[in-house]
Amino acid sequence: MAAVTQGLGATAALSSANSEKFQLTTRRSLSGRKGRFFIFESNGNPRSGLNRQINRTRQFFTNAVATKPDSAAASTLSKHGHELLLFEALREGLEEEMDRDPYVCVMGEDVGHYGGSYKVTKGLADKYGDLRVLDTPIAENSFTGMAIGAAMTGLRPVVEGMNMGFLLLAFNQISNNCGMLHYTSGGQFKIPVVIRGPGGVGRQLGAEHSQRLESYFQSIPGIQMVACSTPYNAKGLMKAAIRSENPVILFEHVLLYNLKERIPDEEYVLNLEEAEMVRPGEHITILTYSRMRYHVMQAAKTLVNKGYDPEVIDIRSLKPFDLYTIGNSVKKTHRVVIVEECMRTGGIGASLTASINENFHDYLDAPIVCLSSQDVPTPYAASLEEWTVVQPAQIVAAVEQLCQ
Amino acid sequence: MAHLTRRTADLLKPFSVALSSMRLLTTTSTTPITVETSLPFTGHKIDPPSRSVETTPQELMTFFRDMALMRRMEIAADSLYKAKLIRGFCHLYDGQEAVAVGMEAAITKKDCIITAYRDHCIFLGRGGTLLECFSELMGRKDGCSKGKGGSMHFYKKDSGFYGGHGIVGAQIPLGCGLAFAQKYSKDENVTFALYGDGAANQGQLFEALNMAALWDLPAILVCENNHYGMGTAEWRAAKSPAYYKRGDYVPGLKVDGMDVFAVKQACKFSKEHALKNGPIILEMDTYRYHGHSMSDPGSTYRTRDEISGVRQERDPIERIRKLVLSHDLATEKELKDIEKEVRKNVDEAIAQAKESPMPEPSELFTNVYVKGYGVEVRLLSYIYFIVRYSVCFDFFLLLSAKVTEDALYLNLLTCDRYMLFSSPVSGVVNICSFSCMPCLTVSMMDQGFC
Repeated sequence: MAAVTQGLGATAALSSANSEKFQLTTRRSLSGRKGRFFIFESNGNPRSGLNRQINRTRQFFTNAVATKPDSAAASTLSKHGHELLLFEALREGLEEEMDRDPYVCVMGEDVGHYGGSYKVTKGLADKYGDLRVLDTPIAENSFTGMAIGAAMTGLRPVVEGMNMGFLLLAFNQISNNCGMLHYTSGGQFKIPVVIRGPGGVGRQLGAEHSQRLESYFQSIPGIQMVACSTPYNAKGLMKAAIRSENPVILFEHVLLYNLKERIPDEEYVLNLEEAEMVRPGEHITILTYSRMRYHVMQAAKTLVNKGYDPEVIDIRSLKPFDLYTIGNSVKKTHRVVIVEECMRTGGIGASLTASINENFHDYLDAPIVCLSSQDVPTPYAASLEEWTVVQPAQIVAAVEQLCQ
Repeated sequence: MAHLTRRTADLLKPFSVALSSMRLLTTTSTTPITVETSLPFTGHKIDPPSRSVETTPQELMTFFRDMALMRRMEIAADSLYKAKLIRGFCHLYDGQEAVAVGMEAAITKKDCIITAYRDHCIFLGRGGTLLECFSELMGRKDGCSKGKGGSMHFYKKDSGFYGGHGIVGAQIPLGCGLAFAQKYSKDENVTFALYGDGAANQGQLFEALNMAALWDLPAILVCENNHYGMGTAEWRAAKSPAYYKRGDYVPGLKVDGMDVFAVKQACKFSKEHALKNGPIILEMDTYRYHGHSMSDPGSTYRTRDEISGVRQERDPIERIRKLVLSHDLATEKELKDIEKEVRKNVDEAIAQAKESPMPEPSELFTNVYVKGYGVEVRLLSYIYFIVRYSVCFDFFLLLSAKVTEDALYLNLLTCDRYMLFSSPVSGVVNICSFSCMPCLTVSMMDQGFC
């Protein structure tokens, strides 16, 4: 049983550009993990997997942020790229997809003339017209239903919920029609719709506008959920979600829209089901997503100073979980802390804890610690609001306790 | 009743041989006959169309046959339900056949129809077969939704039938979405979104109406008013039962839904209107003989006299029968023969459907997601990986296996697990390259389940 033979095929580095080299420190390294394989994009075109980043160079339309006039012939990440804010990255992704496929359209409140309440769709209505970037009346249930009906015929609508909390009004359409139609029609209808919008706790927005309700959607069969956290993955996930044949809910965060980052000029699409390795480490695995990633990284700084080596993974894909990345990390570190902004009861962390326990029980040296936001409506007062969500100090304390 | 404008057939009555040969000619002929609808149309903010409808003998016979088929199918479904071959909910459409048949006569298969759960006959009208219908009702593999949908989820994408929806009123925004897509693609087709008098009180109807009117979507909202929302009569549920007027700024038309020609005329008229001017509401005044569903006897909230009264005076099939007989297009016996033939077809379809197998267990997991979901996931079956299993559970030996792709796929999604082989197995296992990760994410299927 000792000999190891090569694995043929199907290996690839993570497609996340700004993660460091993914290290699998298993007892015996799998030699020759490179192999031939093909990545099939959802339009059916095969691509050689090693050349994961680059399809072709593209001329971008001018946008608000000046881009460097690069010739992106490099096959690796361009060092130049251009800097932009997260909402601009989302817009760039959306715009590229709308250029690429005339059936991609946007619907939502104030997305057209106003440019989007978070400026994600600014300028798109002028460019593509009123029908393609549709200002809807305030009727979430109906315009979500409308988007689903349109998707049944082949359109690819991107529905913007001005705040994810408003999606609760459309829950029937999302759960029954969006998620189930592919199944109940025996495969006849595909619903390639993207539902996106900001959620999470903001700056004193009040209880109804600070909802973290990823938990409500996670048991709907037939949908996928992703959460973006950086401009790089925001653009990549937006593009992937639009190209996906399945309905995708893309969770953005109100406080992350003004994050600035340098992203590549070349076109890239990320994988919807993949997690991102933010910081490799040895002692403990910290799983997080969306805004909590930044709290975790802040805590990680403190932890490093104290001598710990946390491995931070941004899970990104909330449904389904990327148990491969997570599993490998657990096998390495044997300790897990989940840090999330979701509600404690029945939240993403709760499901992830159950998943990890089921699959990797033998690898855990200690019970999984799940830090979630409190099961309370978000209060208005600033000090109370701060303690609704997980703070870096709590993360440090939890890690220290777990690593004893 | 109908006014006759052709009386030549009467003159030939004594000559039976000549008459029968003439009749054979006329049943398939396309010489136009003008028929008047039973009642005039009532319009709301629109001039109603004329009461005179052009039809042909061929069309008349087709109407008779189609409606007889639908009626027979629903009665047969009733018996099957009582025999416990159909389970769950079964909502029958008998009495309302004229709406389905009249609508089909006015439109093409490129126009879309979407309706609620009383969808068996509309599915048939759109080109569905009896076998698909009964198989789906009995939950068999040959059903139109592979047995996974049931009575309330009939769909036929290639002929523009979008279902089949269980939640009251939820199909109306979907219907507006279909119309939106038609406007987007500029293909000069319309969408008929059907709903009932019960659903007419849903907020989403008005939301959808507002949007359809705002953007001039080619949507025709058809209220099939059978006067009872489940067990509640319309006067007990609606302050204003004039459903065709509820559109306010959207024009409406009230139609006698038991008269197939009125329905045909109204649908033709609305199609022209919708393509030019945007949405319109049609209220079809119709009636269902059965209760709301098979679990509702249908007589606790209405009298049997009422039901039999409607059956005597307004039954759509009887109306066509009288028309056919008075135009001498067929004899009583010939009509009875058609009904017998229809009954035979239905019985054969039921027998065939009963033979159809149940879906495979692996079908539990198929069609939850579309294959190739995400950008780069693709199930690679029959790929041979040889990674030897070590004592430390790091590697495992896998061989390629014959398991359905979909089942494996979904297993990864729902079960989110992978299992390690504890020893080299001599069998074969499918390997999924999950998001282009190394092959270690694998699931072992035991008869299709994880």
